[in-house]
Amino acid sequence: MTINLRVWRQKNASTPGKLVDYKVEGVSEHMSFLEMFDHLNEQLMKKGDEPVEFDHDCREGICGSCNMVIDGQAHGPQKGTAACQLHMRHYNDGDTIVVEPWRAAAFPLIRDLVVDRSAFDRIQAAGGYISVNTGAAPDAHAVPVEKEDADVAFDYAACIGCGACVAACPNASASLFTGAKISQFARLPQGQVERERRVVRMVEQMEKEGFGDCSNFGECEAVCPKEISIQAIAEMRREYMKAIT
Amino acid sequence: MYSLLTAFQNSVGRKILTGVTGIALTGFLIIHLLGNLTLFTIDYADADNAFNRYAHFLHDLGWLLYVAEAGLLTIFLIHAYLGVAIYLRKKKTRGTNYEVVKSRGGASKVGFSSRTMLISGSLLLIFTVSHVNHFKFGPGWSGEPEYTQQMNVGGETTEVRDLSKLVFETFNQQYEGAIFYVIGYVGIMILLGFHLRHGIWSALQSLGAMNKKLVPVIYAVAGTIGILIALGFLVLPIYIYFL
Repeated sequence: MTINLRVWRQKNASTPGKLVDYKVEGVSEHMSFLEMFDHLNEQLMKKGDEPVEFDHDCREGICGSCNMVIDGQAHGPQKGTAACQLHMRHYNDGDTIVVEPWRAAAFPLIRDLVVDRSAFDRIQAAGGYISVNTGAAPDAHAVPVEKEDADVAFDYAACIGCGACVAACPNASASLFTGAKISQFARLPQGQVERERRVVRMVEQMEKEGFGDCSNFGECEAVCPKEISIQAIAEMRREYMKAIT
Repeated sequence: MYSLLTAFQNSVGRKILTGVTGIALTGFLIIHLLGNLTLFTIDYADADNAFNRYAHFLHDLGWLLYVAEAGLLTIFLIHAYLGVAIYLRKKKTRGTNYEVVKSRGGASKVGFSSRTMLISGSLLLIFTVSHVNHFKFGPGWSGEPEYTQQMNVGGETTEVRDLSKLVFETFNQQYEGAIFYVIGYVGIMILLGFHLRHGIWSALQSLGAMNKKLVPVIYAVAGTIGILIALGFLVLPIYIYFL
């Protein structure tokens, strides 16, 4: 099939960008969205044009590299998946698809669809760790954890740090990411040592990076490829209140 | 270890404060509505009625009333300031705007009420100023004889303001311009309904009173409470208009 792509092209942060139209022919329904971009890039390179830069790595929805806003939705229209898991069988011959990078002041654009997400790394480094020496793997029953806590912590730990929550948030807030990273530790015994310090430092770092305020739109949960609940944000606020009072 | 003061320099603190002040304002609305409900039962021709007595009781609280009013004004201003601040910040945090934006639906709460919080909030702020000016500081505030009545309060003859008369003259069809007041009030109360539709559940989420299973329930319950409050307020001018 033939897909009409409108892709954001921008040489670098200091040059203005624009949407450029491409007609991609010979797209197979079995291709993933990223494979369609590979296909486009091959065509561009054959013509001697610059290929479209986009982030990718595992291509199976676990690395959090791919970041594309597809027709106004982070990771595209499919629920609970990253852009790499979206397949072209969901599109029809002749469809027009608009592809843009994550838009957030805290994620400066590098080139085309690639943005710098190291703000997330700095939030994580501000407190998303434990300093206790855990030693060798203990027996499974040595540290009892309630089933519900274990499940919820695991759900939060599924965050791949892709940044879709920020991209989709009308305010470009990083609350879901930061909330998941904080609450995952707060639920587990290993996370207790730095519990208060962690939430305050990570929340302050989130602010420093220039992410927006949360308005409880819940769009982040809707686009999250790991379907992390905004309960993580409520828990972050609870943790924060406990830490400052 | 960490002080409350630093909390309001970040997004989580601002959100908590917005939630606390929002809940307080909702509480005020409920009390205000309960007071207003007496307007459904009274005889407007008789100034010695439950509404005027309730208004007099509040007025009689003296310094307590001033404290409550000052508190309410502070809460109102903080809430409005934070709303505007959050909106202004959002312009900066997005950077470049998207060419295409579409909500995913599903768990998303993006909709008319959540996207118009600043607009509904700003109009409510303007409305509140005019509302207080019209009723509290309106006719009868400085003891005009046609809006005051001698009444027996706790065994003593006291001069009480006839506020129900002002309410009646504002909204009843026999008075000129009443229809515009009715339409205006109904319109603003519909906006209040939308504001509370997102506001009440959002405040609970901001205060951390949420878990995954509760979200749909609280979202529905909060919406119902918001709509009921707005409905309670907006039925009243219509009722008085047709009296």
